[in-house]
Amino acid sequence: MTGIRRTVVTIHPAGPWGGPSALRELLASRELLGNLTLRELRSKYRGTALGQGWSLLHPIALLAIYAVVFSQILRVRPAVGSPSGLHSFVLWLATGLLPFLFFSTVVTQGMGSLVGNANLIKKVYFPREAIVLATATACLVTFLIEYTVLHVAVGLAGAAISPARLLVTLLLVALLFLFGTGLALIGSVLNVFFRDLQHLLTLVMMAWLYATPVIYPIALVRAELGADSTGFEIYSMNPMAGFVESFRDLVYDGRMPDFLMVGYLALVTAMVLVIGHVLFRALEGSLAEEL
Amino acid sequence: MAEAAVQVDHVTKRFRLYSERNQSLKAAALKLRRARFEEFTALDDVSFDVPEGSTFGLVGANGSGKSTLLKCIARILLPNSGTILTQGTVASLLELGSGFHPELTGRENVYLNASIMRIPRREIDARFPAIVEFAGIGKFIDEPVRMYSSGMYVRLGFAVATHLDPDILLIDEVIAVGDAEFQDRCLEKFAEFRRRGRTVIVASHALGLVESLCDEVKRLDHGRLVEVDDSPGPDQPLPEESPGTDTASIVTGLDVLDRHGFCVTDVRTGEPVTLRLHYETPAPIERPVLSLELHTPTGVCAFSQHSRDADLVPRVLLGSGSVDLSIPRLALQAGLYEVRAAVLDDSLRTVHAARSFGFRLRVSNDSLSESVGLAVLGGRWGNPMQDQTAGGLHDEHEDGTAGGSGSEVRA
Repeated sequence: MTGIRRTVVTIHPAGPWGGPSALRELLASRELLGNLTLRELRSKYRGTALGQGWSLLHPIALLAIYAVVFSQILRVRPAVGSPSGLHSFVLWLATGLLPFLFFSTVVTQGMGSLVGNANLIKKVYFPREAIVLATATACLVTFLIEYTVLHVAVGLAGAAISPARLLVTLLLVALLFLFGTGLALIGSVLNVFFRDLQHLLTLVMMAWLYATPVIYPIALVRAELGADSTGFEIYSMNPMAGFVESFRDLVYDGRMPDFLMVGYLALVTAMVLVIGHVLFRALEGSLAEEL
Repeated sequence: MAEAAVQVDHVTKRFRLYSERNQSLKAAALKLRRARFEEFTALDDVSFDVPEGSTFGLVGANGSGKSTLLKCIARILLPNSGTILTQGTVASLLELGSGFHPELTGRENVYLNASIMRIPRREIDARFPAIVEFAGIGKFIDEPVRMYSSGMYVRLGFAVATHLDPDILLIDEVIAVGDAEFQDRCLEKFAEFRRRGRTVIVASHALGLVESLCDEVKRLDHGRLVEVDDSPGPDQPLPEESPGTDTASIVTGLDVLDRHGFCVTDVRTGEPVTLRLHYETPAPIERPVLSLELHTPTGVCAFSQHSRDADLVPRVLLGSGSVDLSIPRLALQAGLYEVRAAVLDDSLRTVHAARSFGFRLRVSNDSLSESVGLAVLGGRWGNPMQDQTAGGLHDEHEDGTAGGSGSEVRA
């Protein structure tokens, strides 16, 4: 051929590890990723009266319900933000609840994404991870809007906002996104083989929410179990507890998070991503048959 | 010799046939194992090369593995063993409207499909008008594709796949869908593809159409590749032939004759037509039954008749000669029809000879009063006639009398 580099593809039986070529291929489909994400954002709320408004209504409604139940009826009293001096249950709740909801939608929707896109998978080839990634990215867009609104609210409530903390917050958001995507990769392929996993996940996510200091302060658990007890150590192993606490530190309290914790989160995220990628690659080949 | 655009090397693909499918954790946990299954070999050690710039045909009956093979080349399925090498971009049109998302508009789907093929946005912007034009869907391009008719779906799918200008185009049965005019445009597009040195692989069970298009045809039979005569003539024996008989030599030719007895290729709807079968048999065939069938490019049998049903069973067929089948009024819609002929014994159990003559019959229709469907029946609509009873009841109500009483008396 006259100087044109042609794509040469060798198709062979599935191997367990796609290697660097798999990532390169995913990178080469950036535009597809963008289009799939747009599609996800567009089709989700198309034909509904509120349109994109739905994506904001859901967290607002949950916030309102939890705020009434836990601050007015159950009398949960989080400590005053230090050094920010914030004293608002709703803001305190939102700093933890929004990231958790983001995580939970990434996993839930990512998990159903392969089955939901069976039509596409059975008819055209493209790196299948793109679908899971696009679903997660669409959730990320919604979450970024929500969290920006929250930052504005926190600023209006009188807390100082520092660029350094914003930067760390963004880093944490990226970590949380990758952590959720890793789990979604695992869940999405398994869901193709076991369709009822989706129902189980709803239960798991609810339990996970209550196992994470989202609607109650972690101080309550620490006081109950003892700060140095094994029980509390196990409780703190939950990566979501680390994420929620770090977000609270950054946004509500206005201080830097425990960087040892952030390191732990990065490690867990890397592990989940590697497992997710390997599992996905191993099962990817038979997707079109199983769907 | 051109370089191979696609190299299929000892490809085997097996599917699992589950006797009882359990796709749930619950079922798996209860039985402590996944479902039992049998293996089914869809492709068995298939090897061939498709030279660059050629149009390659894959024929075979339903379930012969041709769709599986295309899906393997398109990377949708992975082979169990063997490798496939493709050089250049691949676009596939497998089944109706490959990869369209029903909720998105035609426009959005075009861009989505383009990005699947990794074609940059600005390139599609330039080709977009041509795609809409070719698909002929006009303002529907901004409607969600779930609103499309199946014809529009196919047309848009074909338009996208061909206008994205892939190096290799894989097509499964799709050109057969759509009206005659669209089929013609598709064939034109194929010719253009060829001129530009692109590679096309077509799978179909309609041998005739594929053969008229392709440089080379391979036949798949139960997952195995079977050689088809390399010289592509229109006359090929059908796979249903009985073994052991030298079938091609019995039915030697076919003529399509118009009302004046001239050989033609085009016939108008409503005109008389005669199909003349030529035969040559060195050994006598006793009490032969002749059969003629007309098939559409989609494989639908539009017409089939045995001479036995028409009370003609000659005592013996020997030497060479011809048999006519006269059709007084060809009631078929415009399109291409594949002509298949067979010679059977009078129990219809033994097939002495069977062959396809390809798409030898081309029907055109001037009348626009019936332009869709398979048959032209010469239907005529009457004027609307108002139902007498309904009108009468209505009158009675206006008079204020009980509506039902009159009919009760009559009953």
